[in-house]
Amino acid sequence: MSITSSSGSGPSGNDGRAFSASRLTYQEVSFLEPRECISEDCEFYQIIDEEGSLVSEDPGYDEELLKEMYWWMLFGRMADEKAIKLQRQGRLGTYAPGKGQEAAQVGSALAMEDHDWLFPAFRELPSYMIRGLPFEYNLLYFMGDVRGNRVPEGTRSLPIFVPVSTQVPIAAGFAYARRSKGADSAVLCYLGDGGTSEGDFHEGMNFAGVFGAPVVYVVQNNQWAISVSRKRQTASRTIAQKGVAYGFPGIYVDGNDILAVYKVTREALERARRGEGPTMIEAFTYRRLMHTTADDPLRYRTEEEQNEWERKDPLKRFRLFLEKRGIWTEEWEGELRKKAKELIKGSVEYAESLPGLEPEDLFKFLYGEMPEDLVEQLKYLKKSIANREIQEDASEIQGGFP
Amino acid sequence: MAKALNSALMNEMELDPDVVVLGEDVGINGGVFRITEGLHERFGDERVMDTPLAESGIVGFSIGMALAGMKPVAEMQFMGFMWPALDQLSSHASRLRNRTQGRFSVPLVVRSPYGGGVRALEHHAESFESILAHIPGLKTVIPSDAYDAKGLLISSIRDPDPVVFLEPKRLYRLGKMEVPDEAYTVDIGKAKLLREGTDLTLVGWGSMMPKLVKAAELVSSKGIDAEVIDVRSISPYDERTVNSSVEKTGRLVVVQEAPRTLGFASEIITRAQEDIIDSFKAPAVRVTGFDVPFPFYKMEGWAMPDLDRIVKGMREVLTW
Repeated sequence: MSITSSSGSGPSGNDGRAFSASRLTYQEVSFLEPRECISEDCEFYQIIDEEGSLVSEDPGYDEELLKEMYWWMLFGRMADEKAIKLQRQGRLGTYAPGKGQEAAQVGSALAMEDHDWLFPAFRELPSYMIRGLPFEYNLLYFMGDVRGNRVPEGTRSLPIFVPVSTQVPIAAGFAYARRSKGADSAVLCYLGDGGTSEGDFHEGMNFAGVFGAPVVYVVQNNQWAISVSRKRQTASRTIAQKGVAYGFPGIYVDGNDILAVYKVTREALERARRGEGPTMIEAFTYRRLMHTTADDPLRYRTEEEQNEWERKDPLKRFRLFLEKRGIWTEEWEGELRKKAKELIKGSVEYAESLPGLEPEDLFKFLYGEMPEDLVEQLKYLKKSIANREIQEDASEIQGGFP
Repeated sequence: MAKALNSALMNEMELDPDVVVLGEDVGINGGVFRITEGLHERFGDERVMDTPLAESGIVGFSIGMALAGMKPVAEMQFMGFMWPALDQLSSHASRLRNRTQGRFSVPLVVRSPYGGGVRALEHHAESFESILAHIPGLKTVIPSDAYDAKGLLISSIRDPDPVVFLEPKRLYRLGKMEVPDEAYTVDIGKAKLLREGTDLTLVGWGSMMPKLVKAAELVSSKGIDAEVIDVRSISPYDERTVNSSVEKTGRLVVVQEAPRTLGFASEIITRAQEDIIDSFKAPAVRVTGFDVPFPFYKMEGWAMPDLDRIVKGMREVLTW
């Protein structure tokens, strides 16, 4: 009945990892000075441009890490495509795709150490997998199955947070408490540009700053909160400058450049672990598809705009970079795609073949101990299921009444 | 009651290093009602944390602390200012265990003074406990005397799930009651019989209880023997104790300070009717506040159930 997992590998035996890259020692980036992300002409931090060419100093990451980055971005995109397909076939509920944001997600999640903790929003599929949550959990979640939310023991991640930015103060408290209990780990918390308008964003950032919580907020500024553009969320020049207002660094980074995202997130996490407090990172990116499968983006934005961002696509850019390095080849791409397809297939099969839920599942996890009221309500539900006489599509009822 | 609550916090902070108190003015100032007095001096900044002035932030931050293995006791300075925190309470505190099938839990206490009768400014006298009881996954505990206040607060801190602990501020400094210095617990979810009787059952919680006891004593001079029950927590609610009393007396009066419509009194009466309607000798009666915002204090005497309305409610079920 229950899905359990050890060491981050899922029930399908799929932990999604194709590589285990050794992490490099981090080289200092010079943080953008606060004033730079406020000024009119501020530019985001970038290492590789849209053509995959270096525009900043080569951070010198080893080949295995670069390959791992590419693998997760590719896997994320392919899994995303599969999820949309499943939704269109009626096999999955409403789904929030992440296409176009893979660099911001994979770059930041790979920058975490194993003992760090993740606070998700809801659109960061490859990040959850990098933390050890197998793909089938995400599928189950969007199939409306609560078991997809039972984060396996040993996976240092909270479940998805749906109410926008409510995770911001929670992540701050969590990071603070772990630190005061002696842990030297950091917390990475995702949110979006729309989320920066919420009261909880303000309150959470403020608490993080005041208490010096070891938390890194990664704001994926994907330009759109469903149909409302980034310009309607804030009159600030950048979102990054909001970090500065709360008394800690706000970093403005090209969110479609995985090397840049990785580099600044790693430094921010190390800063947090050193006890120097929170950081906010604005990853400037683009939600290339709909908000969810229930949304039609052409109602509020143009095809030209979408095409423009296709040109800036993070996966394409990184492929060009790797190709120039002689790392990416057609053959390698083929191998990765084949492996990803197999993993995805295994996860879909697992999620679709999981035995059904029981009425107990509706009640038994609400409290540590089930209160009498719920015991009674469970009995009632079970009885009503067992003795069901009238179906929902009934047009008449049988038997005496009363 | 204020001293008993302070003693409970003192005891639990001494016993368990994971217990942390946080909120507005809870530190050096000891809280605006002095419930946290002396804690800061004794346990320091790390465990008695003055926070920014932000209710949702306080509860959200506390949820995070609880997830990380601490036992935060957050204070909302007045219930009227607690609304922004309801999102965190209902979206996360109350359901993280459920939505992760037990992987995570939130052992959190949110304390707040509630209710009127102390000539407070507007927004300082609200009672919306029924809204909290409507949120599955939360417990809502409301003591009415010093002994219970201490024992229930300690139980709330030790509870593995989130508890909202409402303190009737009218009773903070009303009357004297000996309370043990050491830690003790009172079970959450068990009603208390304050007075045995046979003619009718008088039910309430929190700030109303002294009035209920007094009303019962007043009518006893007329030969009426009222049973008085303090439910002590409205979620979980001890239906068994109340319903068996009504089974015996056949008459039920429920008193609440909160507005009338959809208050917890309605739930108590419904549960009794569903369970033991044959035992009723008269329709149950509610004596409640009115469906108006809690007024400026010159009118608070009208807004709150008083002895007269309570006794008349009792007369109503007896003369039907």
